[in-house]
Amino acid sequence: MSYTKLTREEIAKRIALDIPEGAYVNLGIGMPTLVGNHLPKDREIFLHSENGILAMGPAPAPGEEDADLINAGKEPVTLLTGGAYFHHTDSFAMMRGGHLDIAVLGAFQVSVSGDLANWHSGGDAIPAVGGAMDLAVGAKSVWVIMEHLTKSGESKIVERCTYPLTGIGVVKRIYTDLAVIDVTPRGLRASRLVPGLSFDELRRLSGVPLLAAGTKAAA
Amino acid sequence: MIDKISPSLEAALADVRDGATILVGGFGGAGVPEELVDALIAQGAKDLTIVNNNAGNGEVGIAALFKAGRVKKLICSYPRQVDSHHFQDAYRSGKVELELVPQGTLSERMRAAGAGIGAFYTPSGYGTELAKGKETRVIDGRGQVLEYPLHGDVALVKAERGDRWGNLVYRKSARNYGPTMASAAKITIAQVYEIVELGGLDPECIVTPGIFVTRVVKVLRKEGGYRAPAGGGVTRGISGRAAAGR
Repeated sequence: MSYTKLTREEIAKRIALDIPEGAYVNLGIGMPTLVGNHLPKDREIFLHSENGILAMGPAPAPGEEDADLINAGKEPVTLLTGGAYFHHTDSFAMMRGGHLDIAVLGAFQVSVSGDLANWHSGGDAIPAVGGAMDLAVGAKSVWVIMEHLTKSGESKIVERCTYPLTGIGVVKRIYTDLAVIDVTPRGLRASRLVPGLSFDELRRLSGVPLLAAGTKAAA
Repeated sequence: MIDKISPSLEAALADVRDGATILVGGFGGAGVPEELVDALIAQGAKDLTIVNNNAGNGEVGIAALFKAGRVKKLICSYPRQVDSHHFQDAYRSGKVELELVPQGTLSERMRAAGAGIGAFYTPSGYGTELAKGKETRVIDGRGQVLEYPLHGDVALVKAERGDRWGNLVYRKSARNYGPTMASAAKITIAQVYEIVELGGLDPECIVTPGIFVTRVVKVLRKEGGYRAPAGGGVTRGISGRAAAGR
């Protein structure tokens, strides 16, 4: 049976719909930023930006950009009514101090025990870490958004990360273009497989032990 | 009468020495004290250690400091940007040393310096390459890394408005590192767009009290507002290419 992988926007939408009313959320740069496009309009969700913004709003209209109001990716953003500005040390107190409910981060690899590798591709690249390590250890829940496989077809869910680590045992849940995978004390638990993808096929592609979710997995 | 207002950028920077550690505010383009950095290049101090979130953009500001060969070391959290070529050239040719620090640790090290804290343990970076060689401890079941304060000889910050006692307020996300850096240096120089009379800043809303500020210098606001980063693509921020490129 054939299946269709989710698009990046579709994965982002899955995540957005899983974020509850009232959550304080940091969206990493790149793929995680897409989640902001799909937040349900009827929920009040607080987006945090590491450079000192709570209740960050969407991109401004063309011509309305303000050089003093940017997000972590240095793109122009807006502030929702009721939002706040604060300095960097306070911002990282929010991140490291367990005040954020959810951080959505991209990844090169996630291990079966929830280790995260997302800051350095190794080799010759100039290393740059930003706030990734603070979010990884500090948010109450770290959710990863990524494609399940690399371009060459290798699983990005691995027994042990081969890329440099961002944090140890920090990831709670992985949203991929094939399924949602929870990191539990008993191991990785897969649910919400894309239609047409069998559990056995997902396990084969992943190359690591997976538990099938119970009946509540349907979504 | 106490008057911390400097008559010029040159006067404000006159006593910056070779080999100084300079904390430079800003995150991306927001909050970078560009006029002070330009004046620092003209002032001529060299062998500088620069502390900034990034590594300069394009041809101006911190990038121009690298281009002019004034920097021997950068302490930084995110130097990999599409238009940071002057840093990258200097780094790859071995002219500049890089100390890479998780962003929250960078900020907290300066907070500790300003607050008189001897050192602190943080979970950020535990078990990673960035904690190699550092003392660690397990506290309340979590691995933690010992980090030391980061003091500046000079802090250069950009604020929106100030008074002659050095009280400052900022504008939007340009605030970022300013308040923390202001507290962490022996000499703090703030550039502002507006100088107001004492009492012109609401005491309930002053962000950096003047005790942390040595000099205030007025600069003119540039026209043009937001400028998109050169090169178009954004590869910066929290997880950078990890998220964006793969």
